[in-house]
Amino acid sequence: MKFRGRVWKFGDNIDTDAIISARYLTTSDPKALAAHCMEDADPEFVKKISVGDIIAAGENFGCGSSREHAPIAIKTAGISCVIAKRFARIFYRNAFNIGLPIFESRDLWDLVSDGQEIEVDGDNGSIRILDSNRGPLRIEPIPLFMQQLVSDGGLMKHIAKKKV
Amino acid sequence: MLINARVDIALGNDITAPIAIAEFRKAGGIKVFDRDKVVLIPDHFTPNKDIDSAQQCKFMREFAREQELTHYYDVGEVGIEHALLPEQGIVLPGDLVIGADSHTCTYGALGAFATGVGSTDLAAAMMTGEVWFKVPETIKIVFHGKTKKWVSGKDLILHIIGLIGVDGALYKAMEFTGETVGQLSMADRLTIANMVIEAGAKNGIFIPDDITKAYVEKRAKRPYSFYNSDPDAQYADVIDIDVSKIEPQVAFPHIPSNVRGISQVGNVKIDQVVIGSCTNGRIEDLRVAAGILKNKEAAPYVRLIIVPATQEIYKQAMKEGLIEIFIDAHAAVSTPTCGACLGGHMGVLADGEKAVSTTNRNFIGRMGHTGSEVYLASPAIAAASAVLGRIASPEEL
Repeated sequence: MKFRGRVWKFGDNIDTDAIISARYLTTSDPKALAAHCMEDADPEFVKKISVGDIIAAGENFGCGSSREHAPIAIKTAGISCVIAKRFARIFYRNAFNIGLPIFESRDLWDLVSDGQEIEVDGDNGSIRILDSNRGPLRIEPIPLFMQQLVSDGGLMKHIAKKKV
Repeated sequence: MLINARVDIALGNDITAPIAIAEFRKAGGIKVFDRDKVVLIPDHFTPNKDIDSAQQCKFMREFAREQELTHYYDVGEVGIEHALLPEQGIVLPGDLVIGADSHTCTYGALGAFATGVGSTDLAAAMMTGEVWFKVPETIKIVFHGKTKKWVSGKDLILHIIGLIGVDGALYKAMEFTGETVGQLSMADRLTIANMVIEAGAKNGIFIPDDITKAYVEKRAKRPYSFYNSDPDAQYADVIDIDVSKIEPQVAFPHIPSNVRGISQVGNVKIDQVVIGSCTNGRIEDLRVAAGILKNKEAAPYVRLIIVPATQEIYKQAMKEGLIEIFIDAHAAVSTPTCGACLGGHMGVLADGEKAVSTTNRNFIGRMGHTGSEVYLASPAIAAASAVLGRIASPEEL
């Protein structure tokens, strides 16, 4: 898993209401949700991103509600992966279950600026900030079971595979 | 350690279940693993707030009928899920409960392991009856002393969230013990366990005791188990709390950890008060509010909205004359719904408006416009605030 894209930064404790407000939860259509992705944290977000861009966040990203609409909105908006200092528990599960790649890095947030390009290598666990002299940053290792979920294409496909 | 565990109850609501049902079908699901154990509760945008939410509810209702689910409750019977399930004995001590709703952790009050998950986890549980878990570390909270007047379970949990922060228990279990627990009613325990997610916790748990027994024995329709912590259990942290030092708490916008004692609030004028929700919509909460609102009225230009969390609570409140007290106080009394708490309907806030709410989250835009503000507090503070038109203690009345 390799990703290259521009970074959009968000701070600590970005809650799922900020990622996708409850006022849009009268549907689970991924495209309708994606149109309002991150709206209450940054109303311009959807307009300024391009496919493949990356969200870099601080502590406890995705706290609050269990709504899976949050990672669905991020994934469908075209964000390739989310890198946070730490994720809230339910968001962390949901992201793996629906196949949105997420990584934990303690260092990235403080070193990168909005719009800067980075390269993420999920396989060797490193991040490179392009146009910078800094060496690669380390990603927290992903538990083996979670890697299997991602490589199988999400939880439901993982279960189907186990059954066969 | 990762484990696969059998679930006793798998829960979804009208927002989260539609995705779970779609995933279940997409994966070839035909029948749920056990029609007694999959519980679907349309409580968020009900009674249907608009055409889209009506479509979501219809989709879920048709699935519930097709699957002949034992526990499906529609408008007129439905209550707010986390108040309804314990009340009806659907969740019991010793159960393993997952719910596609973050406040599923409420049932830890009964001594159940209960945690919130997403829709896909619910879909997997509906198919297989199993869910994968990482076994959490535990933070032990030890309560000492006697609570002051007007201090409730809500104040204790707000105090803890203020102390450890919204990620203070991230990925961890919170176990509540100590001499004070024996004085806490089941309603207080349910409120405390309900809000552990606001500290990032996976679940909160109380060791079952006589209060638990008295609560469940008249409700249970199947066997249940009381589990204790191991005497040699290891804890990630132990936090001692002298509850006698805690005054009623208010969480200021826009994060539940932004907590102040009522004496430190200052003059905060308000536009709306909401008393209800899975956090504080039980009969004990309504009794406290009615005790304060009796022979009084909401202040001019303050909208007071009271939402009994279940039909049984509503009926009991009528019998006790509480509804009359509320209406005489110029409150709008609503059928059970989560609506106002998440800015769905039944009390959405406009730009610049401030609300005192007995709910559980005060994030930006949580109850309406992103320019509105939510102050979280107990039913006692909420009721007193409604009368005075500013955040206030019942002591000021």
